[in-house]
This record gives sequence, C-alpha cells and structure tokens, in this order.
Amino acid sequence: MSASEAYITGIGQSQIGVRLSRPPLLLTLDAIREALAEAGLELRQIDGVSTYPGRAATYLGFSPIGADELIDALGIRATWHCGSPEISSQLGAVVAAAMAVRTGQARHVICYRTVYEAAAMSRPDEYPPLRRETVDGYSQWFSPFNAFSAANWTAQYAMRHMKRFGMTREQLAQIALTARANALRNPRALFREPLTMEQYLSARMISTPLCLYDCDRYSDASTVLIVSAGTAIDEVACSPIRIAAMAGTVERHSWDQAEWMACYPTGADLWKRTDYKPADVDTVQLYDGFSFQAIAWLEGLGFCAPGEGGQFVEGGKRIALDGEIPLNTFGGQLGAGRLHGFGFAHEAVVQLRGKGGERQIAGDPKLAVCTSGGGPLATALLLARD
Amino acid sequence: MAAPRVLPRLDSENRFFWTSGAEGQLRFLRCQNCRSFIHPPRPVCRHCLSENVAPEAVAGTGIIDTFTVNYQQWRPGLEVPYVIARVAIDGAPGVFLTTNIVGCPVEAVAIGDRVRVRFEQHGEIYLPLFERLA
Repeated sequence: MSASEAYITGIGQSQIGVRLSRPPLLLTLDAIREALAEAGLELRQIDGVSTYPGRAATYLGFSPIGADELIDALGIRATWHCGSPEISSQLGAVVAAAMAVRTGQARHVICYRTVYEAAAMSRPDEYPPLRRETVDGYSQWFSPFNAFSAANWTAQYAMRHMKRFGMTREQLAQIALTARANALRNPRALFREPLTMEQYLSARMISTPLCLYDCDRYSDASTVLIVSAGTAIDEVACSPIRIAAMAGTVERHSWDQAEWMACYPTGADLWKRTDYKPADVDTVQLYDGFSFQAIAWLEGLGFCAPGEGGQFVEGGKRIALDGEIPLNTFGGQLGAGRLHGFGFAHEAVVQLRGKGGERQIAGDPKLAVCTSGGGPLATALLLARD
Repeated sequence: MAAPRVLPRLDSENRFFWTSGAEGQLRFLRCQNCRSFIHPPRPVCRHCLSENVAPEAVAGTGIIDTFTVNYQQWRPGLEVPYVIARVAIDGAPGVFLTTNIVGCPVEAVAIGDRVRVRFEQHGEIYLPLFERLA
C-alpha cells in the first residue's frame, strides 16, 4: 500500500427495482451499510461525501438525494463534500473523491449514485414531471426538433459508425446479448430472462439503429463506493483496490458540435497516466446506457482500433464471461438496470476481489477498467489489486 | 406533427438565430476578426477570443452528417416516425445543426444527402428544418 494513493475500499448496492416504494434515502442507506460492513468501517469514520450530479430539483427522480442532504440525514461529520453535474460524467464523483483523499481533505469518502426514475414516474403527485413550454441553454438545440432523448443523440453516432465502418445490427446486438447473459448470473440484476438474437432483431425500434434492447431501462437503486486515503488504509478490513489511473474529458459539452465522442480522448488519456497497457487488463466494465457506447469505449480505450469495434465483438465470444476480455460481467445497465455509471466501478471491484459468485471470471484478475458516459462527457478509471 | 413543438426561449444571444427565418435566411454568429463561425451563439469567439462577432447569413444548404429515424413516442400526440439529423452547414466549417429532415419518406434519407433549409414558423420563431435536394 502506498500512502499517497487512493483506494476503493467498501462497496455496496441496494436492491435494483422498478417502481420501488422504499424511499431513495433508505436505498442509499442500504448501499452505505453494505459498503461499510465490507470495509469494516463505522459511519463515524466517514468524513467525506461525493456524488453526481447532486440534487436535481428540476427532475427529482434523476438524482433525489443531494450530498449535503445525505450528510445531514445520516449525521455525517464531513470535512469535504462534492455533488456536481459539471464534472466528467458520473464516475467523475469518484475522481473528485480520489483527489480529495490524496490531498488530505478527507480519509474515507462515501461516493454514491442513487437513481429513482422509475418510481418517480409512477408517482407524479410526489414527483411532478417537468413540463416546460420553452427551453433554453443546451436543450434549445435539441428539443424543438423532438430530439428529446440521449437515445436519439447516441443513435446518430451509431448510424455514422455503421455508414463509415460497416458495423451491423448483429454486432451491436452482442453488447445487449452479453449483458443479458451475464445478468442471468447476477441475483440483483433487473432482467432475469434470457434474450436471443431473434428477439433482439425483431424488437421494436426506438431510434435507428437502436432497438428496445439497445437502451437501458429506468430503475430505482443506489450504488456506493468508499474511496479511502492510503494513509487510512490500515483502518480497512477488505482488500483495497487501487485507483491506478483516472481520466475524464469534455471537448465540447454538446451532442452535436463535437466531431466525435469524448470516450476517445478519455481512453487515450487514461493510458498516458499509467505504465499498464490494454493487454494487461483482465475485465472491462464499460458504460452501456446505450449498447453503442460500449463499442465506442472498446475503441476509445484502444482494445481495438477506431472503427473496428463491431468486428471486435462479432459473435460475442471475445467479450463473454469466459472470453479474452469479459465485458459488463454484472449485466451492464442493459441487463442489471440503469445504475447510471456507478455499477461499472462496483463490478470492477467485485471481480478484482474474486467475489462474483456465478459470474466470477476465471484466473486471478488484477486489473480492470470501468467507465461512465462516453458521449459529450466521459470518465475512465483503471483499478488494480496489487 | 400533432404534438406542439417545444420552442426555444429567446434571449439577447439567440434571438437573431431563431428569428432569421423571417427573412428566409439562416444566420450564424461569425467572428469579424478571424472569420470563424461560432455556434451555439456566444458574445466571444472560441478561436481568437475576439468580442467582435456578428450574425452572417449562409447559403442555407448542407450535408447530412448523420441521422436517426425516431420511432419512440416521447410525448403524447407526437407523430412517429420522423427523422432527426445532424446537418453540416455549407460555408460554416465546423458548425452542425440538429434538425429534422422533412418532405420525404423516412426511408429516403441517407448520410451524405444534400439538404436545404425550410423554415417552420411558430410566431416570431422560425425553426430551421431541412429537406433533401433532388
């Protein structure tokens, strides 16, 4: 262990459901309790809190619990906290926490992402939907053209990839089929029924080329990662996972003015900050809110050349649980539910600790990449078990 | 589309853009120092930081850089399918508009198609939609 490094120690997750009645604060507490138990820490030892995007008052289900709210509700004595949407996507909250512990701002930071969109939509009296007559800022360039969803924006990148590089729907399907196959081995996953290529190809379209199974589904859940300082690591009972490198970029915070997606510069930056190479990685947990994002991440991280992602996943064997680079072993967001970024880091730690149960990859995995975002914003973490 | 469109809220920076269709023209901010185009509109050039920026008309044509056919009914009354496209604007290098391709079946649209602006008026706002050039 190194005093100057940051480590992920305890990890936790609530149940993952749709239209849960348990309040989002208590789902968050469920995940915190699990993380504390694994780390052998007490809540009084927590002195930092970090989340993304913080309380979103205009869209309550998207981020129902702010950092200051959690601190107050649980009586945490925080010397540092952060909850902001203006970071490099969801796992940017972990990057911020790592920097905080490395500079002595805190010793043990609870990083969390709580989502409550399915429940919120089913209870409009409690969570009134935002119905705006006019839009400004970022939305004015999309909503007037009925381009409301990230599905529309991501679909356009995928269409261009198909046109330029010949990616097929069958190749895209491998992200969804692999995710579902892995979800069947994850007791917490939202989707527990098998998915076949025939079902995929006959599913209704959302926004070409993305069909229903290329898009994650609103879920209710909380995921927690505790980031601990190297100087405090002797207080922790579980095997610490070192944050070996971090990268996050925004070129233009826009889905239409940037030439290409942010996962490409982010992936390149990650490898500039470490001596490890893509060939050293045992498993990848790559953002798949939409299937195409995982393909773009494989390219951006250099597991294959730009444009070759479709061929790379062809047939699905390479990215399967027993393949050369197992992908989204917990089911990804497509299979496990829309945990919104944090699920990928959670699973990387599960695999590195050999605690995947039925979905544990073979060998003795020591190095994993996890990512969030990928469109206009992107974050990548390289995690190592030393 | 039967569902009313969500419209931009006009302010001092975006008003010229959303109302230019009244004169049948598509305009973008252009730096009067380095001649770069600036979009979304802001009172400074992102290339040379000059504050001497002014709207200039472009030809109103472009090329479909990419597109998607949307089938999901995101709002009640929204008529589907429809085409959402990213159009590269002729004469304004690096500027793209997310828009709709109208006036043809959704199956007819392809990446690389040449298109021309066709404004859809909503009060003082003119949304720049595009149609394929034969």
